[in-house]
Amino acid sequence: MHDHHDHDNELDEMTARVRALETVLVEKGLIDPAAVDAIIDTYENKVGPRNGASVVAKAWSDPDFADWLRRDATEAIASMGFEGRQGEHMHAVFNTPETHNLVVCTLCSCYPWPVLGLPPAWYKAPDYRARAVREPRAVLAEFGVTLAPDTQIQVWDSTAELRYLVIPERPAGTEGLNAAALADLVTRDSMIGCGVAKRPGAT
Amino acid sequence: MNGPQDVGGRHGFGPVVAEEEHIRFHADWERRALGLTLAAGALGYWNIDASRHARESLPPAVYYGSSYYKIWMTALETLLENAGELTREELATGQALKPGHRADRCLAPQAVPQVLKAGGPSDRPGPAPLFKVGDRVRTRNHQPAGHTRLPSYARERTGVVTALHGAHVYPDTNAHFKGEQPCPLYTVRFTAQELYGDDADPTLTVSIDAWEPYLDHA
Repeated sequence: MHDHHDHDNELDEMTARVRALETVLVEKGLIDPAAVDAIIDTYENKVGPRNGASVVAKAWSDPDFADWLRRDATEAIASMGFEGRQGEHMHAVFNTPETHNLVVCTLCSCYPWPVLGLPPAWYKAPDYRARAVREPRAVLAEFGVTLAPDTQIQVWDSTAELRYLVIPERPAGTEGLNAAALADLVTRDSMIGCGVAKRPGAT
Repeated sequence: MNGPQDVGGRHGFGPVVAEEEHIRFHADWERRALGLTLAAGALGYWNIDASRHARESLPPAVYYGSSYYKIWMTALETLLENAGELTREELATGQALKPGHRADRCLAPQAVPQVLKAGGPSDRPGPAPLFKVGDRVRTRNHQPAGHTRLPSYARERTGVVTALHGAHVYPDTNAHFKGEQPCPLYTVRFTAQELYGDDADPTLTVSIDAWEPYLDHA
């Protein structure tokens, strides 16, 4: 879907088009450019997957919090200060040795913004959306992830306003690590289900 | 609608290209497209279902040939045009020809944190659910010309209710400004073989979130 030549050509056209729209809307008093700046700053610099990583690290090290996540993920996650747009109705799904969870939105790009930020390009692309619900093992292989042949795969298609966060399995050899060190092991992709948490010392 | 957005389970798409976690945008105009779309939502002319419908209503060739934020921008122009706040002439010239009708609702920068924190919950008071966890249900042959959130790969398929979520805004009406008409929302799990046939991955199950009007008792 991504032809880089076309993409480059599109930039100039789109830059002009977006600028024209913003100019008109500002002239009409419908848009304050400083509000646009504030929205961009929020999702570029403040809200991103490190939020989710801290949720996972807490779930790994605090069984009561993990239980709360299972019962009411929205409330449990809000207790850490992560809430709002595109995370109004959260559900946490826990990977186990028997079951691997994977999240997709086949119809658009629904994604838990308060904990993961804006979705990566591949999550929004038709390639992932088409294939994740039919051949997730092939998709996982493209991320370098190979599951045991008998591992059950549960795919969650986010067709409503529920937003899913995968809690990856805690890697072995992490018993002594504090929350910050644990969070460093949690990749964005592992919280979508397209990866696994890193082992200590891995890059 | 049987539109270009409904790609789940389709063949012929390409590989998934992983992306570094720190990447947020691929061009500066994408930043503005995100910010403009969210800020314009505060004008109150549309809801999330209507904006999704504007995107999926693009002609298939345009939808598949456009980058993600280009789809967003095309839809935003359409939504603003339909609201009477923008004309093609204004877009072409980059000059406003008349003042905005809802300038009083312009999103202020200081309101942004609260608006994003509040979000837009979709749960509502509504009717009691017909189904319970463990019930076998069959999705209807539901293919309206308008907006729906029942994907085609899960149409006329039998699955099991695994969760109840209370009543939520019904997208099929809300997208067309015919009211929120809240109805019970369920998570329904299907085996891949039920969805795709005998050759499907026997270790795979797929869940969708489905509103009650999409479902019958199996």
